[in-house]
Amino acid sequence: MSEQPPPRVRVTGPPRRRADVVRSPGTREIDAETALGEVFMRSLLREQLLLAVRVLVALTLTLGLLPLVFHLWPGLGEVEVGPLPLAWLLLGVLTYPWLVLLGWAYVRRAEGHERDFADLVGSADEEPG
Amino acid sequence: MSADVVPGVVAVVLVSLATLAIGTWGLRISRTTSDFLVASRTVRPRLNASAIGGEYLSAASFLGVAGLLLTFGAEMLWYPVGWTAGYLVLLVLVAAPLRRSGAYTLPDFAEARLGSRGVRKLCSVLVVMIGWLYLLPQFQGAGVTLRATIDAPPWVGSLVVAVVVLASVSPGGMRSITFVQAFQYWLKLTALLIPVCVLLAIWVSDGAADPVATAPRSWSIPLADPGGGIGLYTTYSLIVATFLGTMGLPHVVVRFYTNPDGRAARRTTLAVLGLLGIFYVIPPVYGALGRIYAPALADGRSDVLVLELPSLMVGGPLGATLTGLVTAGAFAAFLSTSSGLTIAVAGVLSQDVTGRRWGSHRLGGVAAFRVAAVIAVVVPLLMSVPAQDVAVARTVGLAFAVTASTFAPLLMLGIWWRGLTPAGAVAGLLVGGLGSGVAVAWTLATSSSSGWAAALLSQPAAWSVPASLLTMVVVSRLTRASVPAHAGRFMVRLHTPEAVELERG
Repeated sequence: MSEQPPPRVRVTGPPRRRADVVRSPGTREIDAETALGEVFMRSLLREQLLLAVRVLVALTLTLGLLPLVFHLWPGLGEVEVGPLPLAWLLLGVLTYPWLVLLGWAYVRRAEGHERDFADLVGSADEEPG
Repeated sequence: MSADVVPGVVAVVLVSLATLAIGTWGLRISRTTSDFLVASRTVRPRLNASAIGGEYLSAASFLGVAGLLLTFGAEMLWYPVGWTAGYLVLLVLVAAPLRRSGAYTLPDFAEARLGSRGVRKLCSVLVVMIGWLYLLPQFQGAGVTLRATIDAPPWVGSLVVAVVVLASVSPGGMRSITFVQAFQYWLKLTALLIPVCVLLAIWVSDGAADPVATAPRSWSIPLADPGGGIGLYTTYSLIVATFLGTMGLPHVVVRFYTNPDGRAARRTTLAVLGLLGIFYVIPPVYGALGRIYAPALADGRSDVLVLELPSLMVGGPLGATLTGLVTAGAFAAFLSTSSGLTIAVAGVLSQDVTGRRWGSHRLGGVAAFRVAAVIAVVVPLLMSVPAQDVAVARTVGLAFAVTASTFAPLLMLGIWWRGLTPAGAVAGLLVGGLGSGVAVAWTLATSSSSGWAAALLSQPAAWSVPASLLTMVVVSRLTRASVPAHAGRFMVRLHTPEAVELERG
C-alpha cells in the first residue's frame, strides 16, 4: 500500500461501433443535423413532452384539486367512509394505486414512442428484449 | 429501566452489524472505481428500486410522518403523498434523459449540458449544502430514537449513525451500499408492518374505537393550519416543494446513474413508486391509533410515537419485541438515508475538492472519496449537536423546498429546452437558492409565528420555484447568443433510445 503504484497504462479494445456497418438513412440525417434530422428529433421531443404534460395534468386535476375542494366545501371533512374520514381514505390509501397507475401508463406510452422513433429512423440494432 | 433498554440496544446492535456485514460482503465484489461510484452501472431495476426505496425512506418517513399525523391530522398526509408523487414527476420529466446524459452527479450533468465550469461549481456548492441540510435531521432523529429507547444522551445516537455510515460507505462505495440499502428497505417495511398488524388486532379486540372522536375537527381536513387563504397557500406550497423537490435530491439522482440504460431507469422509477406506495400506507395507521392510545404524545413528543406506541398498547415480552423491531427499522432509516447522502456529497467533494491537486500532493480516486466521506459526515454531525429540536419531517421538508427551487428548474429546462444558457442557469439557481435558502434559515432560526409573512417564509416553494424558472427563461432569452453549440447534439443523447445508433457527442 505504501509504495508508489505503477504508472497507469491505458488498455484499449477494438472500437465498439463497427466502421463498415451500413447506417440507416434516418440516423445519418440526425447525425448530420440536417433539416430532416431536426424534424425527427423535434417530433420525438414533442411527443414525449406532450405525454409528460398529459400525465402531469391528470395528476393536477385529481390530487392537485383536493386542497381547493376541501377549502370550498369544508363540510367534506365530516364525511366518513366506513371507519375512515374521507380525506384520510383519499390521501392515505387511494392516492398510491392512482400514482402507480399513472406511472405505468406513462412508461408504456413512452417506450412505445421510442419504438416508433427507432422504426422511423431505422434502427441499426435489434431492440433489446 | 434496565430491562426496558434491552430490546432497543439489541435492535441497534443487530442493524449496525447486519449493515456492516452486507457492506463487507458487497466489498468483495466491488473492485474498480466504477464499482465504487456507480456500481458499474449494472444494477437491475428490481434491486435498484429496493435500494432507492431504502435510501429514500428516511427518519422523516419512518418516525416523522406518523408523529405529525398524530398532532396535526390529515394536512400532514401531503408529506408522504408528495414524497411519492415526486417520483411520478421525476419519472415523466427526468428519469430516462438523466440516465442517458451519462453524468454521475448533478454538477456533472450541469457541466455536460451547459459546457460551463461556473455552473458546475455553483451546483457543487448547492449539492453539498442540500446534502448537509438533509443529513442534519437524520442525525437529530437518531439522537431522538436512542434517547427514547435506551435513555442515552442525544449525541450518542448521532455518533453511532455517523460511525456506522462511514464504516459501511468508505470501504465498498456504491456497489456494496446498493445491497445494504435494498436490505434496509425490506427491513423498514417489515419493522412497520408486523407491529401494525398486531396493534390493529388489539384495536379491533378493544372494540375498534373511533380515532376521529377525540380529535379536533381540523384533523380530517387536508389543509394546513390555520385554514383559509393562508392554509390553502401553505398546502399548495408544500405540494410544489415535494412534487418537484424529489428530482433534485442529490442522493436520489446519483442512484439513477447505476441503471444500465434509460429504459431501465424508467422501470426502476415505476417500481419505486410501487414500493413507496406500499410503505406509506402504514404510518397513517400509527398516527390514527396514536389518537386513541397515546394522545399525550401529540404535544411536543410526537416524533417518538412509532417507537412508543407498541409498548403503550402491548405489555410484556411481545411489546418489548415489537419495540425492538420498530427501533431496528428507525435505525435502518437513519443509516440508509445518511449513507446515500454521504455518498452523494462525498462524490461531489471528491471530484471538486479532495480529488484536486493540493500543492504537490494528489489523492487517488478511492482515497479522495474516503477523505470526502469523512468531511461529508463530520460537518452535519457537529451541526446536529447544538441544533435545537425541530420536527424531523419539517426540516426535511425545507430541504425539498431548496431542491425544488434550484435543481428542479435546472433539470426540467436543461432536459426539455434547448435555449437554456449558462448565464440563465446561474441566475435561476441564485434566485431560487438564495430565496428559499433565506426562508429556510429564517424558519430554522425563529420560533413559530403566524400571518402571511411567516407562511411565505416557512413554505417558500410556491413563489421561489416560479421565480427561479422565470429567471432562467428570461436571462437565457437575453443571452441567446451563448446557447451552447452542442445543445442539439446533447438533446439527441438525452432523448433517443440507446438501441438507435447515433452520434451522441
